[in-house]
Amino acid sequence: MIKMETRKPRTIKGFLQKEAVCGYIFSSPFIIGFFAFTIIPMLYSLFISFCSFRISSAPVWIGWGNYIRMFTEDPRFIKSVTVTLYYVLISVPLKICFALVVAFMVTRRTRLASFYRSLYYLPSLIGGSIAVSLVWKELFAVNGVVNKFLALLGKGEPIEWLGHPSYAIWVLVLLTAWQFGSSMLIFAAGLKQIPESYYEAAQIDGASSLQQFFYITLPCLSPVIFFNLVMQTINGFMNFTQAFVITKGGPMDSTLFYALYLYYSAFNYFEMGYASAMAWVLLIMVAVVTALIFKSSGRWVFYEAKGGN
Amino acid sequence: MQQQQLSGSYIIPKNHNYAKRIFYHCFVLALGLLMIYPVVWMIFGSFKTNYEILNEALKLLPAEFSLDNFIRGWKGFGNITFARFFQNSFVLGISATAGVTISSSFVAYAFSRLRFPGRRFLFSCMMATMMLPSQVVMIPQYIIFRNLGLTNTYVPLILPSWFAKAFFVFMMMQFIYGLPRELDEAAIIDGCSRYSVYSRIILPLIKPALITTIIINFYWTWDDFMGPLIYLSRAQKFPVSLAIKLFADSTSKTDFGAMFAISTLSLLPVFFIFLFFNKYLIQGFSTSGLRG
Repeated sequence: MIKMETRKPRTIKGFLQKEAVCGYIFSSPFIIGFFAFTIIPMLYSLFISFCSFRISSAPVWIGWGNYIRMFTEDPRFIKSVTVTLYYVLISVPLKICFALVVAFMVTRRTRLASFYRSLYYLPSLIGGSIAVSLVWKELFAVNGVVNKFLALLGKGEPIEWLGHPSYAIWVLVLLTAWQFGSSMLIFAAGLKQIPESYYEAAQIDGASSLQQFFYITLPCLSPVIFFNLVMQTINGFMNFTQAFVITKGGPMDSTLFYALYLYYSAFNYFEMGYASAMAWVLLIMVAVVTALIFKSSGRWVFYEAKGGN
Repeated sequence: MQQQQLSGSYIIPKNHNYAKRIFYHCFVLALGLLMIYPVVWMIFGSFKTNYEILNEALKLLPAEFSLDNFIRGWKGFGNITFARFFQNSFVLGISATAGVTISSSFVAYAFSRLRFPGRRFLFSCMMATMMLPSQVVMIPQYIIFRNLGLTNTYVPLILPSWFAKAFFVFMMMQFIYGLPRELDEAAIIDGCSRYSVYSRIILPLIKPALITTIIINFYWTWDDFMGPLIYLSRAQKFPVSLAIKLFADSTSKTDFGAMFAISTLSLLPVFFIFLFFNKYLIQGFSTSGLRG
């Protein structure tokens, strides 16, 4: 009876019971959403990136105009690209190294391990909020905690962290690195999966703990590091909120992150066409960087199943 | 556990090991406290007077715990109190989260248990959306919603959530893969439709994944700043995240205490989640990350 129903559905009810039909029905939220909120907006965005489009009037086709302007006539754009690359190149490795070290620290088998993990995870849980950005701004204010603390250590002059073009970005880098928690969790989960026997064998052979770290832990963890590197890099390119709240891009555009400039172009200067073109350049930039990381992965990512023994 | 201790005690004499352990705990604890210092400083700061905040920044504890900052902060701005903003945030969080949880579980069931043409392709499309910079779709989405006259409503902030989010679909799929297939096959042979398999077998069994979804998404919506910033311009409609920013812009030059107090209050739901649902958070972030 079941066979008959699945093969030849005569009624609507029978039709709805077919596996493939069920499949489409259950996945319809994604299919509809994918078209409505991804594909159609993307096509539209591609179209207006070739237009001069100030939101009040209709879009006017200008060909490659926006893209040419970006690279030849807009020093702020170039600035935002360099600032963002600088920020990503510093903050992402810093965050990952820190996450790795802390993950290594908190996976020792003690009764407090899970408490420690939560403690170190807390900053990244709340770090994305506006509240923390505002507090961070106060911490690095001229008469804030950081300067007072430095004064205690004997450094007399207070530093204008947020007023100086070469310091302001470090305030944001620190805030990013501080939120190492979710990477750390992923590393900690990865560390637990490394078989104990590897370490035992190494200990018998007389390997120091530093050697164990570099020759066992790091290679075994490399797929997880790779995954983290990709995700954090992508996130790094899209940092917006913290710069928007803490520095607003200043001083002198020294923290004008790409996403921030894009936001200003679209919603302060209302140049929707130009901002869309910037979004596409961002997409290409992220894709290229991700591809580079993927390409390099053959050299340093170690998959147990394929290589090795 | 036993093995570790054994191998440890072979190499290092016992009392040395003990000192090392104490050192380890002190170090980890100290570094951890340093990490959460800014948060603790903010919480205590919300009880301090503005004079204390400005002139005695290094002192952690307030001279006396006073609730004045909270009272001043709660008044908000422009005759709108923070009660309103908190209510808005809850409305947004609950309606977006309900949508994400329901729709993502639908899609996860389809992708992990049902065979249909194009499934693999659709799955790859979904994974690709996770890598897509949101800026690419942000501007056109804004223009579309604007032309539909939906700015200053919650529709642009809630509606996309009702069409599944890749992150959660992926997480739920990992969970469903862990359930024995025989369960749903047996149910189908017994005459159960695939809809009842979903609602009576899969759904109850992936409850932990659903809870994780609810928690993480609520927390994401609560924290979301860019969405409300773009779509909402009337203060009546602001969620807490946006209201705090405006509040800080308008008063922080003079009233740090109130700003800290409101910041602390705005983090309360997150602290609550952290204290009571920490297990689910950690599970969510570590399992879905592993198989990327």
